Amino acid sequence: MENLHLVFPEIFLSLSIMFLLILGVFKNNSSKLIQNISLIILLITAVITFNETISVSGEKLFNESVIIDYLSSFMKIITLLAAFLVLIISSAYLKTFKIFKIEYPILILSSVLGMMIMISSNDLIVFYMGLELQSLALYVLATFNRDNIKSSEAGLKYFVLSALSSGLLLYGCSLIYGFTGSTNFDVIATKLNSNEYALTFGIVFILVGLAFKISAVPFHMWAPDVYEGSPTSVTLFFTMVPKIAALSVFIRFLYVPFSNLIDQWQMILIFLSIASMLFGAVAAIGQTNLKRLVAYSSIGHVGYALAGLATGTNDGIQSSVIYITIYVLMNLGLFSCLLMMKRNNEYYENIDDLSGLSKNHPMLSLSLLIILFSLAGIPPLAGFFAKFYVFKTVIEQSMYFLAVVGLLSTVIAAFYYLRLIKIMYFDEEKEKYDTDHSIWLKFSLTASTLLILIYFIFPSQLIEVVSKINIIQ
Amino acid sequence: MNFPILSSLILFPTIGALFIFFTRSSEKNNNTVKYVALFTSSVNFFLSIYLWALFDQTTSEFQFVEDRVWIENFINYKVGVDGISILFILLTTFITPLCILSINNSIKNRLSEFLIAVLIMESFMIGVFCSLDLVVFYLFFEAGLIPMFLIIGIWGGARRVYSAFKFFLYTLLGSVLMLVAIISIYWITGTTDVVELYKIGIDVKYQNLLWLAFFSSFAVKTPMWPVHTWLPDAHVEAPTAGSVLLAAILLKMAGYGFIRFSLGLFPVASEVFTPLIYALSVIAIIFTSFIALMQEDMKKLIAYSSVAHMGFVTLGIFTLQQQGIEGSIIQMISHGLVAAALFLCVGVVYDRMHSRLIHTYGGIVSIIPKYSVLFMLFTLAALGLPGTSGFVGEFLILMAAFKDNFLVAVIASLGVIIGAAYMLWLYKRVVFGKLINNDLKQMIDLNKSELFILSCLGIPTLFFGFYPDPLINTIEVSISDLIEMYNYKLVSKF
Repeated sequence: MENLHLVFPEIFLSLSIMFLLILGVFKNNSSKLIQNISLIILLITAVITFNETISVSGEKLFNESVIIDYLSSFMKIITLLAAFLVLIISSAYLKTFKIFKIEYPILILSSVLGMMIMISSNDLIVFYMGLELQSLALYVLATFNRDNIKSSEAGLKYFVLSALSSGLLLYGCSLIYGFTGSTNFDVIATKLNSNEYALTFGIVFILVGLAFKISAVPFHMWAPDVYEGSPTSVTLFFTMVPKIAALSVFIRFLYVPFSNLIDQWQMILIFLSIASMLFGAVAAIGQTNLKRLVAYSSIGHVGYALAGLATGTNDGIQSSVIYITIYVLMNLGLFSCLLMMKRNNEYYENIDDLSGLSKNHPMLSLSLLIILFSLAGIPPLAGFFAKFYVFKTVIEQSMYFLAVVGLLSTVIAAFYYLRLIKIMYFDEEKEKYDTDHSIWLKFSLTASTLLILIYFIFPSQLIEVVSKINIIQ
Repeated sequence: MNFPILSSLILFPTIGALFIFFTRSSEKNNNTVKYVALFTSSVNFFLSIYLWALFDQTTSEFQFVEDRVWIENFINYKVGVDGISILFILLTTFITPLCILSINNSIKNRLSEFLIAVLIMESFMIGVFCSLDLVVFYLFFEAGLIPMFLIIGIWGGARRVYSAFKFFLYTLLGSVLMLVAIISIYWITGTTDVVELYKIGIDVKYQNLLWLAFFSSFAVKTPMWPVHTWLPDAHVEAPTAGSVLLAAILLKMAGYGFIRFSLGLFPVASEVFTPLIYALSVIAIIFTSFIALMQEDMKKLIAYSSVAHMGFVTLGIFTLQQQGIEGSIIQMISHGLVAAALFLCVGVVYDRMHSRLIHTYGGIVSIIPKYSVLFMLFTLAALGLPGTSGFVGEFLILMAAFKDNFLVAVIASLGVIIGAAYMLWLYKRVVFGKLINNDLKQMIDLNKSELFILSCLGIPTLFFGFYPDPLINTIEVSISDLIEMYNYKLVSKF
């Protein structure tokens, strides 16, 4: 018998989803109940993941098609916690738009399940299965506010473009299968040593598909529209959780089957990284909608995370993981602020709506100030350390061009973060926003702000946790 | 040394800021908040005086060193002072309480936030001057941007947004290259500990690029010509207290950085680039002096004169002689006192007349005599009249420059003359002449607190002008050892 307990988290989560579906069908007005159960399920899954798999190093199951190691456990826990926080702070928003339905938590749970499978995959088919599971749930989530034309548009756009990228990805998979005769990552790795051009094509196609999922330039076009159109709570989910999963798949893909072909994919990754950093910084300057701006900023941040991956070292992988963790934290705080900008049952999401926020809501704007400076990467806030670790590994590999371009684009990016701060602090105030926010919203804002602020006192902890990730033996 | 005196100096203002933050100020308790800030910064000043008293002047070793692991196997939180840095710490802790005291009515809204920004700024600045690890230094160096950005942006004048952005982006752009250099140093040598780096040195083949990266940051911060343009904008738009902080302390970070890092870590490169620094310094001295001559706005004039004065500082540092570097440090301290005082003087008349334009004034000598006397003292100190601290610095720098490069010294001396011209002309136009503007008759002379602040700045200006020994004694050994190390490394090429 295989070590089934290692996939307990996934088993538990899928059984719970089925149970919730049945419960939701048979019980009327059960959306609040299902929301609460889903929260508990996410927490329990995180605890199970922690208990069962955190100390496991590189166990493989089901004909070696699933791998459980430290990277997968860590990423799964982050995914689960992020999903938990998204779910818990989005209820007020959903209620305002009267879309507080049973499907919402269930869809989030399903996409999380898909991501967990992606994170653990050690086989092209398992990977694709997880990817599609999460994507299908995300399409529906994007259209969740179905009476809103923008939301429907966002979902449709996401669906069409995502299907295209999945097609490319599958084509890449089939090329690789054709030339190596296997879909298993380890087997592919052993058979890759021959210098086949078609293999390179396969890698390129897969990278394109992945870059699409993680919204790296030049495959980012869907992100601003989808982020803008989707309900804000879903946008929050989009900017955080799928990126964690996509990043870990990136790591797994590049460093397990294709680690010998680093010369082939390193250039691609450097290009993706530089293009994302620069484009994210420049394109965000002209935005007037906060969600669109966040979309471009997240494109930029993905560029930094990919810069760490481009180094081809364990340190680089670790720095990327640290980057994405801190990025998730900052985004959580940013969206908590966005979800607080509500007046008379209406949410405000334009940049001008921040005007003079500091006079009416000093604490909210102070938190946003800290988060924005952190996103801009100004010391001593957490965002600086995230960038610092990435560039430390980048410079170790003497990739000075990447480092200099990356740091220069932080200066460009600083401009639009500063613009937000300027609008909040230097401009005239407008009407006040409501202050009766849910306790969880306040909690997530306070906690993320404080963590960002005091991260510099305990920088070693996160490094220590992440340093157990060893992909390259 | 058990008591962590330097960390206390860094932390104490922040604690004061936190205290103010949690008192939730309103219009009513503005005074309380101000007293808290004043108390905190004064205690910090006395603490730094105590530090100076304990300081051993006979050694160039770093003293009061604290060394704690901060990031495992990577960075240590290491602070310490030597003769070079201690004076800057004193300057910071001396200026900050005066700065807080000077906020009378000029800042009405959000006073507590302003004080928080000033106190946090003080923490960061002290951190810059005593950090002995490159990453820790960078952290403090950059972090100072946040409070200053807010000070200019929230409490500044009409074009405050433009100026705040310019200030922030210029300095950030300069600094990111320094970050690349710092990380590179870590990979080249395996450490970012400054003391360690002094010992092992950095391979010559990397030095030029690293030097340039550090230079890009320091040149913007100094500011040197041609990247000085943010300074006049920032000064003009910042509130008086902000200008004082900027001129007195922020500009000194770069001069300090040149001495501590450019000379200490990259001697071979420093030797290579000395002509560049000379050229830029001389251009700064002459060019910005002429620009200052043409200014209509008093603050802008003083801002340009700051650029010229910092030109002397960079010139003095790169003469690489005992007098030159001593002169530079004294010039920086003196400029810290004098520029702060001049900005406060502008602030005084601005508070009364709400104009900084020179032609608004004229003939105020008989209306506000006390002010005129003190303003004259600082004008003369700014142009380097013997008997003021400005003279000591400029004289030492020029003496060293004459030894090193005659031509440069001659041109720089011409700058002194132009400096005298624009300062005296400013004084003449503002204070003397005919009283044309009748509104000026309503002006009230200095009140007690203004008199107190300006005297506090005036006394050391005169004292160190006549008797600079306390300063020179403090820095002498550190500088001579630095030069010795520099020359040794230059000969042995590492």
